Amino acid sequence: MPQAELIVLPAELLAEGQHLMTVCNACRYCEGYCAVWKAMETRLVFKESDLNYLSNLCHNCGECYYSCQYAPPHEFAINPPKTLAKIRLHTYELYAWPGPLAKAFQNNGLLVSLLTVVLLTGSMAAGSLMMGGRLFEPVHDGNFYKIIPHSVMSLTFGVVGAFAAVALLIGFLRFWRNVGESYSTLANPRALLRAAKDVLTMTNLDNDGDGCSYPTQTSSESLRWLHHLTFYGFLSCFIATTLGAIYYYVLGQHGPPGYTSLPVIFGTVGGIGLIVGPIGLLILMQRRNRDIVDKSQSGMDVAFILLLVLIAVTGFLLLVLRQSAAMGALLLVHLSLVMTLFLTIPYGKFVHGIYRSGALVKWALERSRQTKSKVAA
Amino acid sequence: MTDGLSGFDVLVIGGGNAAMAAALSAREGGATVLVLESAPKDFRAGNSRHTRDLRCMHDAPTPVMSGAYTEDEFYKDILSVTGGKTDEKLARMTIRASTECTEWMKQYGVRFQHALGGTLQLGRTNAFFLGGGKAMMNSYYAAAEKRDIKVVYDAEVVDLDVVDGEFRSATVLIGGRTVKVSAKAVVAASGGFEANLEWLKEAWGPIADNFLIRGTPYNKGKVLKRLLALGVDSVGDAKAAHMVAIDARAPKFDGGIVTRLDCVSLGIVVNNKGERFYDEGEDFWPKRYAIWGRLVAEQPDQIGHCIIDSKAMGQFMPSVFPPLEAQSIGELAKLMMLPVDAVEATVKAYNAAVQPGTFNHETLDDCKTVGLHPEKTHWALRIDKPPFYAYGLRPGLTFTYLGVKVNERAMALMKGGGRSRNIFAAGEIMVGNVLGKGYAAGIGVTVGTVFGRIAGREAALEALNCEDRVVAKEEVAHYAAS
Repeated sequence: MPQAELIVLPAELLAEGQHLMTVCNACRYCEGYCAVWKAMETRLVFKESDLNYLSNLCHNCGECYYSCQYAPPHEFAINPPKTLAKIRLHTYELYAWPGPLAKAFQNNGLLVSLLTVVLLTGSMAAGSLMMGGRLFEPVHDGNFYKIIPHSVMSLTFGVVGAFAAVALLIGFLRFWRNVGESYSTLANPRALLRAAKDVLTMTNLDNDGDGCSYPTQTSSESLRWLHHLTFYGFLSCFIATTLGAIYYYVLGQHGPPGYTSLPVIFGTVGGIGLIVGPIGLLILMQRRNRDIVDKSQSGMDVAFILLLVLIAVTGFLLLVLRQSAAMGALLLVHLSLVMTLFLTIPYGKFVHGIYRSGALVKWALERSRQTKSKVAA
Repeated sequence: MTDGLSGFDVLVIGGGNAAMAAALSAREGGATVLVLESAPKDFRAGNSRHTRDLRCMHDAPTPVMSGAYTEDEFYKDILSVTGGKTDEKLARMTIRASTECTEWMKQYGVRFQHALGGTLQLGRTNAFFLGGGKAMMNSYYAAAEKRDIKVVYDAEVVDLDVVDGEFRSATVLIGGRTVKVSAKAVVAASGGFEANLEWLKEAWGPIADNFLIRGTPYNKGKVLKRLLALGVDSVGDAKAAHMVAIDARAPKFDGGIVTRLDCVSLGIVVNNKGERFYDEGEDFWPKRYAIWGRLVAEQPDQIGHCIIDSKAMGQFMPSVFPPLEAQSIGELAKLMMLPVDAVEATVKAYNAAVQPGTFNHETLDDCKTVGLHPEKTHWALRIDKPPFYAYGLRPGLTFTYLGVKVNERAMALMKGGGRSRNIFAAGEIMVGNVLGKGYAAGIGVTVGTVFGRIAGREAALEALNCEDRVVAKEEVAHYAAS
């Protein structure tokens, strides 16, 4: 396992995080909200690794901020969503592999745009060259592989996909060790199951069905539902791709899948999710209280959202226009966007899902291990 | 913004739980309502911002409280903490009305933690707001906005025009301008006077300089003072207050819950001379908590020092400030800037007097001292395992009990009998009617909610039907006679 480069939490941010947790742990009024506060109550001291864990357990809603008697302008200036967001960004850099690419988190929006342009230009040029100038002529059976051979497509995406998967896995393991767990504690089916439920239902944004203070103080379920659309939309598209591969390799269907085939159905359902969900999330983001947002992360957030939406939109256009002259160009645009997504996945907003899931696994383990560190007589 | 403030049926002075309960209740009664809150919006809601729960009677488990808490048990608790300084009629009325509180609050969007979620072993007697008092107040304010209740912040009532016990208008300072606001009825729910340092000094003498105010800096007691000057009868005296021992490093105002220190029972407390002065193991939290403020206030310079050893660490709710730490009692005394010899002698004598026993912080255990003055009667363990720790303690004034005398309809009663026709009071400004002294967690919010609702309802009735209120007239006669 490669060692994570030692990126120490800036002293100021460490102090801010410790101040936050010291005040919160002496108050505990928020214990009825999300897991952060319950996990906090099992601790008396807050080391950097505790802050890294708690910041990833935070779902960034804002419920606690609006309830806080110590929120600014109170002199204690308690602002959990913002402080934890700043620490969270730092953890993304800390766990990133390979280390030097961690800097990408700072300018993720720029990186995504650049990569898109480069890949787009490159693939257009290559496509034209390969097609002998017939890139913009219709392919009558709508077969993508006449533009880019299947072998080329599967090889390039296979390699990049595998790289992204390895990078995410290493990031996850670095997180796991950093927050004080050993690899062996992962082998706990009950905790994994419990965490899976928390991830899949987003229990921590629920508050008994009232939802949470996102995007404004008034409780709302919108964050949860729009995230579900995005998450399950993504999952559905992933399933569509996997099914497509099975159709190709196992069933030997080398032509374009029919409109009523499973890959197209999953892709369509997922695509709708990936258009409605992320656009909704973007709108919510704009309506959010600026006081609790770490502005430095908006580039990363917006870039991820736009990529998902553009991929879904071009995917739909490709489905509808696959027998027209636009197919070739559309396919290259679509694939360039997907390639950009794959390449930036380990250095952008996507990683929040990896580390938050990890934090929820740790939380599930802690619930079975510990009792609250408090005594009242 | 200051225009058009007159002509409301009901004026509510204050912005905490009692005030908003009164405002919402008056609105339920069909009245138009104006709320004048002296704090800016960020610090609205007085001490309710720092509350967490309310105490409610219930005969069976509810969604937010476990077990049962009967009227008799509740009343016994009030008798016990007040030493009998209560008005039984008002106390029992409050207890009975408390059964409705959580459901009523829920109607306005207030959310509660689940029955067993509450800390501090109060899950049976008390219902805990999800997110605490500020979250509760946010719900109230949102509900008030939806119901067209007008709320003005930074609006400090500095004077009242009252003629023969009848409210005419209030003089209000809003953004540097003085505005006269008239209404048909007024609810005074403006809290106590714990943030009025001059008044505290008047009552307590110079030692008041060393008091820390745990809650809002906006409770200046101006409305209370004016009402008493205008002939409204009073309850309690100016020194009656809920005072707890808190971390000496807490801010002067608004430190709230995080400055509480509950390690007294796990160690010993010495004064400036390095001497113990009271049985640290006398009773459980919160009864213990409620007396230690006053005990510290009686010590020289109004400061105490709690000394514990490493055995006690992790056994109490952490404070927001780290303790002083040393490897020996002598070093610790130096850090505390106390006479080293005296502190060492006190700890030595204490350790020598500790009897063998089985430590149990959950019960009044058999760990005690013998032959000390004063003894430590429970939870006495030797202070012998370094590192040693110390916390400074100061009196933390939480609220005051000097208030406006009211009847069970929240009407202000006048000196020499009779009652005001249209002045009502709710919350801390009248809590002394129920609590003459002492405190049990959550009672303040209970009294505020119960009397807020009554005051709002009665004020609306008064404002809307002032011509033909037979009941009211009968009652005027009744109080005039008694």
